[in-house]
This record gives sequence, structure tokens and C-alpha cells, in this order.
Amino acid sequence: MDSAQAAGNRETRWKLLVVVLIMGGFGYALVPFYKAICEITGINELVKADAKPANTQIDTSRKVTVEFDANSNHLPWRFRPLTGSIEVHPGELVQVIYEVTNVRDRPMTGQAIPSYAPKAAAQYFKKLECFCFKQQTLAAHESRQFPVVFVIDPDMSKDVTTITLSYTFFEIAGKGNS
Amino acid sequence: MSAVLDQHGHSHGHDDHHHGPPSGLMRWVMTTNHKDIGTLYLWFSFIMFLTGGVLALGIRMELFQPGLQYWNPEFFNQLTTMHGLIMVFGAIMPAFVGFANWLIPLQIGAPDMAFARMNNWSFWLLVPAAMLLVISFFVPGGATAAGWTLYAPLSTQMGLGMDLGIFAMHIMGASSIMGSINIVTTILNMRAPGMTLMKMPMFCWTWLITAYLLIAVMPVLAGAITMVLTDRHFGTSFFNAAGGGDPVMYQHIFWFFGHPEVYIMILPAFGIISHVVPAFARKQLFGYASMVYATSSIAILSFIVWAHHMFTTGMPASGQLFFMYATMLIAVPTGVKVFNWIATMWKGSMTFETPMLFAVGFIFVFTMGGFTGLICAVTPIDIQIQDTYYVVAHFHYVLVAGSLFALFSGTYYWIPKWTGHMYDEGLGKLHFWASIIFFNITFFPMHFLGLAGMPRRIPDYATQFADFNAIASVGAFGFGLSQLIFLVVVLKAIKGGAKVGDKPWEGAEGLEWTVPSPAPYHTFETAPQVK
Repeated sequence: MDSAQAAGNRETRWKLLVVVLIMGGFGYALVPFYKAICEITGINELVKADAKPANTQIDTSRKVTVEFDANSNHLPWRFRPLTGSIEVHPGELVQVIYEVTNVRDRPMTGQAIPSYAPKAAAQYFKKLECFCFKQQTLAAHESRQFPVVFVIDPDMSKDVTTITLSYTFFEIAGKGNS
Repeated sequence: MSAVLDQHGHSHGHDDHHHGPPSGLMRWVMTTNHKDIGTLYLWFSFIMFLTGGVLALGIRMELFQPGLQYWNPEFFNQLTTMHGLIMVFGAIMPAFVGFANWLIPLQIGAPDMAFARMNNWSFWLLVPAAMLLVISFFVPGGATAAGWTLYAPLSTQMGLGMDLGIFAMHIMGASSIMGSINIVTTILNMRAPGMTLMKMPMFCWTWLITAYLLIAVMPVLAGAITMVLTDRHFGTSFFNAAGGGDPVMYQHIFWFFGHPEVYIMILPAFGIISHVVPAFARKQLFGYASMVYATSSIAILSFIVWAHHMFTTGMPASGQLFFMYATMLIAVPTGVKVFNWIATMWKGSMTFETPMLFAVGFIFVFTMGGFTGLICAVTPIDIQIQDTYYVVAHFHYVLVAGSLFALFSGTYYWIPKWTGHMYDEGLGKLHFWASIIFFNITFFPMHFLGLAGMPRRIPDYATQFADFNAIASVGAFGFGLSQLIFLVVVLKAIKGGAKVGDKPWEGAEGLEWTVPSPAPYHTFETAPQVK
């Protein structure tokens, strides 16, 4: 290999290394890009208040059973709904209460994440008030009751007769749990 | 290399610093010779192939009968995960890099790879990476069990084995990137005078495109698993919903790497088949230019189809439609290739030595895998068969009967050039027939299992799946044992056998057949002239 060729090879190598760096950056750039796409298309906004459905007529012709579920993930909190399940009419404004108790001797911060079953019901389940909209800090042995206010959009398919709303509390590390 | 004159008979007065290879172990540790490094890659990948194969047999043992026989479910999940990781990153990919090292300089008339010492490093990085993977079985909690895709949130939760897995992937990724930079630079800058890009052998073309794909997507994978690592240990929340992240985002980033990766594992196979079929049909490759354009189109399309792995994650219908149609579009250039191979065979004077058998077997069985891929691409069907054995059948049809059979085909085709000896044709044919029959016994019933609803990655199953699983397990053990025939053939060809001339296949074409067999340690020190 003569020196001109070696120099040419080195130049190609630098160009390719720049491509490698750019693509590494691109991998990280996918994170804000993904968030932007979710925001624009309105999918996956789990912890934001939903707008009330425009058509607030109550559909009294049918009832939907809503079941409530509560879990905590590696978080020593006692977390339960005061109501196991209720029957609601689509379009009706409903409030239920969840109770959370921190059983530890120190304050802790957690964030609840909702999920829905069946999945198809998620977009019709509008939460107007929820403790999951922000992180919650509980003092040692503190017990607190949180309301959840929701409406089921009357546009939801009539095939759905039962919706399970499940919350999981995750610990937010490094906050208030020194 | 004054003793072994180069094939054009030019004499050299300047080269008493070139001799044959030094002897002993250090030859292999310190070598910068592309042929030595190619050999190292090939042996490494074969050892990893056997390792991954043993893990697969562990899976099939457990699945032979319903109920839990041998492993607990946690260990079973480690088996499926490590089988996938080892086969993809340890066996298939390094095997193709081994072929690239051996053949690209010979095919384009270059004396060696562009960066010989970096070449040594990219190989030797693989060894610690493989050791990390194997060691991870023995740490508390065992190896990673998140599936080879390492999906969050599973991968953000597991024990030390997951961290070892991530480091192994980082190292293998770095190795692939260095290997790819080497290959691109060699092909772009070091072709013999007269060899324009459109005169380049197909294997070099497919590897050039593959290397670009690797350079583009390996850093994205490194990013994704680094995010998993920082989520695990450094308090970030890329994939942790509680901290504002999203586990589905991991799938998007992973498959942005993962789908091009699929083509990384098959494009060099296309290249090998495009050499073997013309050689044994004794005709020029039909539609060379269209092959080049088809390969490029496949590579470009591979960047816009990733979400077809994620149809069930709750995507808007418009997104599902886009990814469905984009995926189906890939069938067009792939079809161009298959038809080109068939047209090459058309009215050729074909003979069926082992390389040709594997090539024809490849075309037949790979195309079946391609068709099931089309079926999986249809969104409503995919929602039914997502994560079932149908998908397992599909990707083993394209990866085993696709990539692996092409590797076998290429090994039988070029092993006379590598060793100077003809392999044992009888054993080679036995290897082919055992492989293709047992392959189909193993994987064909999985289509039925998947359509009947058997989920993948489970150690136990409902009893109605028992019969097909038993058949698949028998086939798997047959397939595994058949690969020992291959080992025997290769060892025999290294030790001895009929001596071959420069060009043992009368229909073979290319610069690699102009050098003696076995190829001397140094070749093309003076570039050949290509007309």
C-alpha cells in the first residue's frame, strides 16, 4: 500500500467515523422526536388531564362496569381503591376515592401510572382529576385519600361492557427518601 | 514472499520482510493478515454456532413434552434469550465478516484489508464479548432473560447478567463498526485498476451495502442499550413510565436498529448465492445491474419498516397501514433477486455439487420464509400471530435456511481455495440432505403451532400442542447432530484430500480463482489489471 492510498484510506475512515457519531446521536435524538410525535398525535398522554368530551349527553341506554385496581411497584405503600367496582352510564361524571398509606418511617415520593383493559377503551376513558397527574410525596406513616374524576366518552363502542382501570405506583428515587 | 511468487509471475526485489506466517499461537493473536483473520472469524463463529445450538437443544428438550421437565421457567427464558443473542451476534454476523475478510481482498485484487491492525482488533474484541455472555450464566440471577430484543421494562429490572449482556453487545457493536469501516474503505479505495463498481463481484457489492447498514444502525443499538444501562444504574427514565419515559419507545429505537439488522444478516448471503448459482449453472449471473439496484433498494427500505414488529403496541391505523405497505414493498426487490437466480439457472448446464445443493436449497426454503414474512406483514394477520410460533417459524426459515445455508454453500464453494484440498463430496451431500430434511422437520410444524395459537418464549404449553412440539424436538436434535458432519468435512479438507488447481470449479469466475490453491499468505501485492 503506497502512502497516497494510505492517506486516502484514512480520509475515508474519518468520514465513516463521523457517520457513526451522527448515527449515535440520532439514536438519542429519537427520544425527543418520539415525545414530540406522541404530543402531536395525542397518543400516550397517561398523566395529563383529558378534555371533557364535547358531547356530554348521558347515554342512559347502557351501563359500563368500571373495575378499579391498585398496585405498587417496589414501593412500601399501601394503596387501594375504596370502591372495588361501579356501574356508570357513558357521559356521566363519576368520582371515586383511592387511599394511599406510606408505611415507612421516612417520607417517600411516588408516581402512579394508569393503564386500561381492554386497550381499546383507553382513548374513551377521560380522567378530569387524578393523583397520577403529578408526583405525590407522603410523609412517614401518612395516609391520604385522593379523588379520581372521570367520564366515559359516549362514543365508545357498545361492545365494551367492562373497563378495568389499574394504577401502579412507582417510586421516584432520590426524592424525599434520604 | 519471494518463495511463493504472486500469480502474475512478477518478481519482487523489495520484499524479504514478507515470509509465510510465523508459527505458534502468537501468529493468531498478532496477525494482521486478512486470511488469518478471516479464518479466526470463521472458527469463532462456528464455535458460537455450536454453543447457541446447544442452548437451542436445551429449549427443544424442555418443549418435547408439555409440563416442566428439565429447567425452571427462569432458566428457560435465559436459554431462549442467549440462543438468540449468540446466534445473531456470535455466529451469523461474525461468519459473514469472516467471509468478507477472506474474500473481499481476493475478489477486488487488493493485497489486504485497508486497516490491517484495526482488523485484528475487531476480531479479538469478539472474544471477551463472547466470554461476558457465557460468564453471565453463572452470576447471581443468571444470564439476561429479556429475549434477544432486550425489551424494557424487563431489561431495566434484571440482575447482573443483564449488565454483562449489555457490555457484551457494546463490545460486539464496536467490533462490527470497525469491521464495517474496514470493509467500506477497502472496497471503495483498494479495487484493482479497471475494476469499476459495476464490475465488482456481487459478494463485494452486498457486503459494501451491508457495511453501510452496520455503520448506520449499530450506533443506534449502542444508544438504546446505553439508555437501558443508565435507566438501570444512573437514575435516568428513558423507558421508565413513572419517570416520564415510555417502554414502547425502547421498541421503536431497538427496531430502528433491528430491522436493518435483519438485512445485515441476509444481504451477504444473497451475495454468496449470486456466486454459487452462476458457477454451477455455467452461465453469467442474470441481471447483474438489477441485483445491485435490488440490494440497494432493500437496504434503503429497511429503514422505514421497523414498526411492523410492533403492530400490537397500540399504533394508529394510519401508522399500521404505512408500515404494512412499506414492508410489502420489500418483497419486490427480493423477488427480483429470486427471479434472477432462477433465470441464471434457466437452460444452464447445471450440476449439483454440495455448494449448489445448498444454494438451491437456500432459494427454495428462503423463499418460503419470505412468503411467511409477507403474511406476517399484513397487520390484521400479524395481530393474530404476534409472538406465536408462526413468527418463530418465519424467522428461522430466513435465518437458518437463509443465512446459515448460504454460509454452508459459500464454505463448500471456497474451501478448496482456502485449504487447497477438495472437501469430501459424499459427506458434503449427506450434510446437505440431513440439514434440509431435519430443518423442515423442526420448523415446518411451528407454522401450525403458531396458527393454533401457541405463544413463543414459554417453557410449558397446553397439551393440544404436544404432537407438533415432539416432532419439532426430534427434528432439532437431528439438525444439531447433522452439523457435526460439517465439522468433519471441514477438518478433513484442512488435513488433506484431493489437491486442487487454481480454479477447481469450471464455471467459477472472479479474481480469487486466479491465485493458487490454497491462496498464498500474501496475494495481489501487485494489483492485477481488470479488463
